[in-house]
Amino acid sequence: MSILGTRVVRVEDPRLLTGGGTYTADVRDPRLEGALHATFVRSAVAHGALRGVDVDEARRMPGVVDVVVGAEVDLPPVPGTVNRAMARPYLAVDRVRFVGEPVAVVLTERPEQGPDAAELVVVDVDPLPPVVGTDAALADETLLFPEVGTNLVAEAGAPDGATAPDGPAGCEVVVRQRMVNQRLAACPLEVRSSAAAWDGGRLVVWCSTQNAHGVHDALVRAYGLDPADVRVIAPDVGGGFGAKIGAHPEDLVLPWLARRVGRPVRWVETRTENMTAMVHGRAQVHEVTIGGRRDGTIEAYHLDIVQDAGAYPAMGAYLPRLTQAMAAGTYAVDRVTSRSRVVVTTTTPVASYRGAGRPEATAAIERAVDLFAAEVGLDPAEVRRRNLVPRFDEPHTTAAGATYDTGDYPAALERALAAAGYEELRAEQARRREAGDPIALGIGVSTYVEVTTGPYAGSEVGWVEVRPGGDAGVEVVVGTGASPHGQGLATALAMLVSHHTGLPHDAVRVVHGDTDLVAGGTGTFGSRSLQLGGSAVRGAAVEVVEQARRLAAEQLEAAADDVVLDPATGRFHVAGTPAVGRTWAEVLAAAGVPALRAEHTFTATQPTYPFGAHVAVVEVDTETGDVRLRRLVACDDAGRIVNPLLAEGQRHGGLAQGVAQALYEQVVFDDDGNPLTATFADYAVVSAAELPSFELVDMETPTFVNPLGAKGIGESGTIGSTPAVHNAVCDALAHLGVRHVDMPCTPERVWRAIRDATR
Amino acid sequence: MIPAPFDYQRASSVDEAIELLRQHGEDAKLLAGGHSLLPLMKLRLAQPSVLVDIGRIADLSYVSETPADGRVLRIGALTRHHDLATSELVREQVPLLAHVASRIGDPQVRHRGTIGGSVVHGDPASDLPAALLALRATLVVRGPAGERSIPADEFFTGFLETAIAPDEVLTEIRVPAVPGVGWAFEKFNRRAQDWAIVGVAAVMTDGAGGPGVGLVNMGPQPMRAAGVEEALRAGASLGEAAARADEGTDPPTDLNGSAEYRRHLARVLVRRALETASG
Ligand SMILES: Cc1cc2nc3c(=O)[nH]c(=O)nc-3n(C[C@H](O)[C@H](O)[C@H](O)COP(=O)(O)OP(=O)(O)OC[C@H]3O[C@@H](n4cnc5c(N)ncnc54)[C@H](O)[C@@H]3O)c2cc1C
Repeated sequence: MSILGTRVVRVEDPRLLTGGGTYTADVRDPRLEGALHATFVRSAVAHGALRGVDVDEARRMPGVVDVVVGAEVDLPPVPGTVNRAMARPYLAVDRVRFVGEPVAVVLTERPEQGPDAAELVVVDVDPLPPVVGTDAALADETLLFPEVGTNLVAEAGAPDGATAPDGPAGCEVVVRQRMVNQRLAACPLEVRSSAAAWDGGRLVVWCSTQNAHGVHDALVRAYGLDPADVRVIAPDVGGGFGAKIGAHPEDLVLPWLARRVGRPVRWVETRTENMTAMVHGRAQVHEVTIGGRRDGTIEAYHLDIVQDAGAYPAMGAYLPRLTQAMAAGTYAVDRVTSRSRVVVTTTTPVASYRGAGRPEATAAIERAVDLFAAEVGLDPAEVRRRNLVPRFDEPHTTAAGATYDTGDYPAALERALAAAGYEELRAEQARRREAGDPIALGIGVSTYVEVTTGPYAGSEVGWVEVRPGGDAGVEVVVGTGASPHGQGLATALAMLVSHHTGLPHDAVRVVHGDTDLVAGGTGTFGSRSLQLGGSAVRGAAVEVVEQARRLAAEQLEAAADDVVLDPATGRFHVAGTPAVGRTWAEVLAAAGVPALRAEHTFTATQPTYPFGAHVAVVEVDTETGDVRLRRLVACDDAGRIVNPLLAEGQRHGGLAQGVAQALYEQVVFDDDGNPLTATFADYAVVSAAELPSFELVDMETPTFVNPLGAKGIGESGTIGSTPAVHNAVCDALAHLGVRHVDMPCTPERVWRAIRDATR
Repeated sequence: MIPAPFDYQRASSVDEAIELLRQHGEDAKLLAGGHSLLPLMKLRLAQPSVLVDIGRIADLSYVSETPADGRVLRIGALTRHHDLATSELVREQVPLLAHVASRIGDPQVRHRGTIGGSVVHGDPASDLPAALLALRATLVVRGPAGERSIPADEFFTGFLETAIAPDEVLTEIRVPAVPGVGWAFEKFNRRAQDWAIVGVAAVMTDGAGGPGVGLVNMGPQPMRAAGVEEALRAGASLGEAAARADEGTDPPTDLNGSAEYRRHLARVLVRRALETASG
């Protein structure tokens, strides 16, 4: 029996759970000897002209070696994403644009000396009006980049899609709703951290990142170095959730500082810095317009998006394109249009967060479908049944322009409904309403499809090396260009290699996140690692087996084509005569080679599109507005599953974060642009205590896009659960006349919605 | 998240702590469980130059009955929330207090935080002060001039301000025993480990003051629901009494709720607490 598809426990865990992990702050390396500690001085004002920075007093503090201000940093600013003119300096130079923006940096001998000195740096700012919220940005009254002439970063799509006669406006039933897909913070438990050292002419950087190669390339660009002269190492990384895909200015400026003082420099931020200066996610305002017939047929849909990119356009400026590509969701709607505008505001920059652009698309259309169902008086599950794209095994292109690989949305929906006992839940809801129960029951349904590795076809590199050693006589080292940071990818890759080589999975060691060890990787994000990285490693494993098989054939004096590898024992033998064979160790020894090695790059022909359906059950205390999630049923189809345990782990985490968006989490700025959610006391990260035991329903519809048949599972839970829970809350209140409550559905919001509807 | 520099002194007795406070004056702060003080120091909202650690004074951690009169429970100021929550004596004699302690923060907080620290910190969002008000507890403090007792009603004087002097140490909390008396604690929060958005502690004592009702997070300081208590003493129905829950309060508006919402919550939660306590 193959190891694939079995619940192999994570090979990573014993080390991580017993405190054996090495995070960037833990790195002890001769090259970092004598490192100084960087403490950033940050703007306390959201928007203003930077008149001057007085560092004299700070310089005299104990342990201070240097204090640097923005004007001294002679690196070219980082061009804005999508709109290059909105460039970001490493440290603010003549203007500050958000609270938390680095203005100066203090270098001290010991880490604890930094904050004392940083406190004494005097930042002289002439305040300018803050720009908070997308409406203020669109008004273009105060500009963040006067030289650009507008706060608009980019605009795309059909501005009049909602009103066009062939759009939803022309339908028998038209429903509109404005809703906020609120800003979220990724909250990795390991905050950002980097260390930089010049080793002769070579730059070595350790960085808590999801993408060592991306940081490598950013450094090459920033410093104009030969790519071979830069090495980036991502040691153990304690979570990223999308926010650590790109390098932050703080990471990128460390080598410059190290060069200036002639010593290595390291940096670990505080939680508050993490909450205010690491990129945020989501932050879109939607206006949905959905049109159709009274019989429940959806005919047209328009999604209008305004993306708050924060102060400097980063990945956030790009998110709406993903949202627009996925606007049609799981539905067979002929007319789907969308429009997006991206604006800058005087707030923390926005980038990807678990799902990045796709959860927003799903949240929008899934709420829209529920609103439409309410309008035509049909059950929301029934409306979905009538409008889902039927099962397809050949690519399906939507009206929004995306080409889905494979899918069976109706089956996912039916499985989720059946597992939830949907009819019985509706009956219980009716009984409670009848009885006037103050604890209202809400049932929310969502279906989703998302694009992973996309929007373009991805590629990844991997290598496999078999060499003498270890208990099995040989050991296998695997290199991947993916950069796992908690997902358990090493376990999955070891299983794939074990399956193909017949060697035990625990004889496999996986290296990743080091640009010297794996050339040309792309990192871990977008649910890409197993499907691309795994396919690459699989390819390399197959090639190594082929090399060994040819050697074994010579040694067995047989024709190469007659020799087979017994995957159960890891022995090569002539087909039909298993008694005479050669183990891997014997093959290597007889051939006199130190190792067998193959490298393989896998390039997909298109992205993959995992999908599923979720059902959430909530109870709402109608007197207080308190919402409790009672059940969450999730049918997630990510194609073939290599390891159900790992897949469930990804789903659990994803579901938790999706629920958090619906009910708990939200980054808040006041009208002056001050962050109000800068600590874990104020930002309501969800915990296990608020969550029910998840009810997972399995489904596997393989994809043809890669040899594993696997799609990505990292983001599914987040994408499907947010609208399911959100819909459940709105559903619970429907009989009271409430139509919509924005996320997060906090007790006060729910209470107000009920009060406003019933008075 | 690194505090400003400070000196650290460890006191091995209450007298030594008082002496250290006298020596260092206004710049010194007592350190008990550290779960209110240290977060403020890490955010540099508090910058004492000397910390006097009383956390290891073993004989300030106890729960006992007054020898002469079993009607009063004496609780040492350094008793940790967890010990309060799990003490058989407290659970029998003042079950409200044990339950409230069990609902504070998370296990780590409950194993470090002390009742004395919670009381002296005087945070209106804290749970124990509201319970101690409802229970009509007395706080015993000791300073250079000796010992004095302060009724809970006179102890909480303003936002994070209490009647204790900077050179005094809270040593004991005396709580009238109320075995068998109906009680309830309604803590309304979003997540299990959160502070209360609004909390209500109620105990249906008869006798002198009548039922006691304390409110969490309904004003600048821990307070009692005076209007509710008055209504109950006057024989009003539970519903009528609860309708006066926000009387005399001045609730904050913050991320978790507006003042208006808190007033509403107070009325609902007081009604529920009274119903449970008299059920
Ligand atoms: C994450 C978290 C969650 C929390 N959640 C809750 C909650 O839900 N409900 C709640 O009520 N509390 C909560 N707390 C606060 C917790 O209960 C604290 O432990 C308590 O408020 C203070 O007790 P302490 O012993 O830690 O005091 P410390 O922090 O050591 O001291 C607090 C103050 O009291 C003074 N002090 C301490 N002891 C004495 C004494 N004997 N005499 C004179 N002065 C003294 C100190 O000088 C300081 O000013 C939470 C705390 C944290 C960190």
